[in-house]
Amino acid sequence: MTGELILEVRDLVKHFEVGGGLFGGPPGLVKAVDGVSFTIRRGETLGLVGESGCGKTTTGRCILQLERPTSGQVIFEGIDLTTLGQVELRAVRRRVQVIFQDPYSSLNPRMTVGQIIAEPLGVHGIVPERRGREARMRSLLDRCGLLPAMALRYPHELSGGQRQRVGIARALAMEPALIVCDEPVSALDVSIQAQIINLLEELQAEFGLTYLFVAHDLSVVRHISDRVAVMYLGKIVEITDRKSLYDDPLHPYTKALLSAVPIPDPAVEAGRERTVLGGEVPSPLNPPAGCVFHPRCPIAIDDCRRAVPELREIRPEHRVACIRV
Amino acid sequence: MSEVLLDVRDLHTHFAISGAVVRAVDGVSWDVFPGETVALVGESGCGKSVSALSVMRLVTRPAGRIVSGRIVFKGRDLLELSEDEMRRVRGKDIGMIFQEPMTSLNPVLSVGRQLTEPVEIHLGMSPAQSRARAIELLTLVGVSDAERRLRQYPHQFSGGMRQRMMIAMALSCNPALILADEPTTALDVTIQAQILELMKGLSRRLGAAMLMITHNLGVVARYADRVNVMYAGKIVERGTAREIYANPRHPYTLGLLHSVPRLDEPRRAKLDPIPGQPPDLSRLPAGCSFAPRCPFVIERCRAEVPPLDLVGADHLSACWVASELGKPVPA
Repeated sequence: MTGELILEVRDLVKHFEVGGGLFGGPPGLVKAVDGVSFTIRRGETLGLVGESGCGKTTTGRCILQLERPTSGQVIFEGIDLTTLGQVELRAVRRRVQVIFQDPYSSLNPRMTVGQIIAEPLGVHGIVPERRGREARMRSLLDRCGLLPAMALRYPHELSGGQRQRVGIARALAMEPALIVCDEPVSALDVSIQAQIINLLEELQAEFGLTYLFVAHDLSVVRHISDRVAVMYLGKIVEITDRKSLYDDPLHPYTKALLSAVPIPDPAVEAGRERTVLGGEVPSPLNPPAGCVFHPRCPIAIDDCRRAVPELREIRPEHRVACIRV
Repeated sequence: MSEVLLDVRDLHTHFAISGAVVRAVDGVSWDVFPGETVALVGESGCGKSVSALSVMRLVTRPAGRIVSGRIVFKGRDLLELSEDEMRRVRGKDIGMIFQEPMTSLNPVLSVGRQLTEPVEIHLGMSPAQSRARAIELLTLVGVSDAERRLRQYPHQFSGGMRQRMMIAMALSCNPALILADEPTTALDVTIQAQILELMKGLSRRLGAAMLMITHNLGVVARYADRVNVMYAGKIVERGTAREIYANPRHPYTLGLLHSVPRLDEPRRAKLDPIPGQPPDLSRLPAGCSFAPRCPFVIERCRAEVPPLDLVGADHLSACWVASELGKPVPA
């Protein structure tokens, strides 16, 4: 079901300069994304997981060219997006869409739902005539599980789940090939989360969509992803197919993450072994030398402080950045 | 069994919002015994946070009002106390931990001052004693270098550190009960695990009971002794954690448990969401509030509100068809 490469990210680096200004404090460099490489095949879902500040959202924004990478390449359907100017990017943006975590802050509060969905159809010349746009907008509403009457409502009149459906309909209007889903369900209640996840999966099957699914919830990522990359402090520490990652995680950080997820069953929880990681994620302003995970790692040795571990292929299609594996 | 610590009886808390009455808490009763961890579980707007705020009498006036009910804590009805008497209960006998530590800490007071103030006021400690207590508390919740940290301000703390500070404040006067409202929702999973282990360990060691308010079914399974499931302002099911998860007897609880993907089970092709969305609390349907979303609905559900009745030992459910809900078939 999955075909040729649709996206290839090579050595992506995004540094932010901070401080230095009038009130900014000492100048510094935040290495938000620090040498990230992965590929996505057409029709598949790559899950990108990690905790806040690990660089997963910035990676997504760099792919969309909402942030211009410091260095590296983002090759989408054979074209390196980092070399394109704003005008050329507009054409590509139709094919690469985004769904944000908080649909409320990403929908124009002064436009009706109908206008929000119909506008890009005109702007990008997807459906040039007005009447056609109206019909198209209605079919998108329907496809995303919204009643026709919703077209006249404003975003503040909708529930969180309905707003996220509008965000999905708007992205879908552009007939994209790839959608970057940035925490699309984490602001929703659990009963609504499942509705949206099912919708995303149905749309993927129907329109042959490819997803980069950025999230912190490991159970949700397992459900929706074909392959999963785990990020920590700007780097990918492990990347492989879903089954290997969840059945046989190799990186100590992946193991700790999985063990930290509570399972909704007291009988299972009672007998579970827990690895509670000490400490906190270090500041990306001043990352530790060597392996960035070593200060919290239960199996770190002296060598971990020295060399930055490379992402090595331990088994076919299973890459891990750890010298102890 | 020892004597009940907190006994909430038939509590009604309403909000008047643009002419309509929102029944945020619509006649709920629950209790907490000394030393145990009780969970209030439900989705946004189900009334779980308002229940806790009602116990602390912190419901915002004039919109919000505790209309009726009793909140008996250690034999006294908190709703009959004067504002002065209530102030002596808050922070002393009952500690509270909120979801968002940054908005509940004072940004212009040092960490040290925020920790020393309650013990000076409630326990009459001298400045020297309270300082020693503050250092002891910060160390207890795992903040290293406590002495230096006392001089810092909340914005200099990370999210996890701030939540540790909130826990230290809540514990400072040795409360008999801690109300924890989504204490780890804003935190990352590895930090969430640290904080929950810390809270559970401390409440065991210090013998404090805990009311845990959360939407996270995994957190409840890991830490709660007893569970109350709330929907649209009412408790729809109550029981021991093991019983609720192994043998849910309300369609809403069943739906919640089925709608989340689980790491310990084979991956399912499709999730089973609860259809529709929660009702508008100012325009509740007649009969059972869950009826419009319920797959087991019968005629009676749309006419009569089901009472919270026993369905097993220490297990209650508010559902007309509870007796027919057997063990769920795993999907």
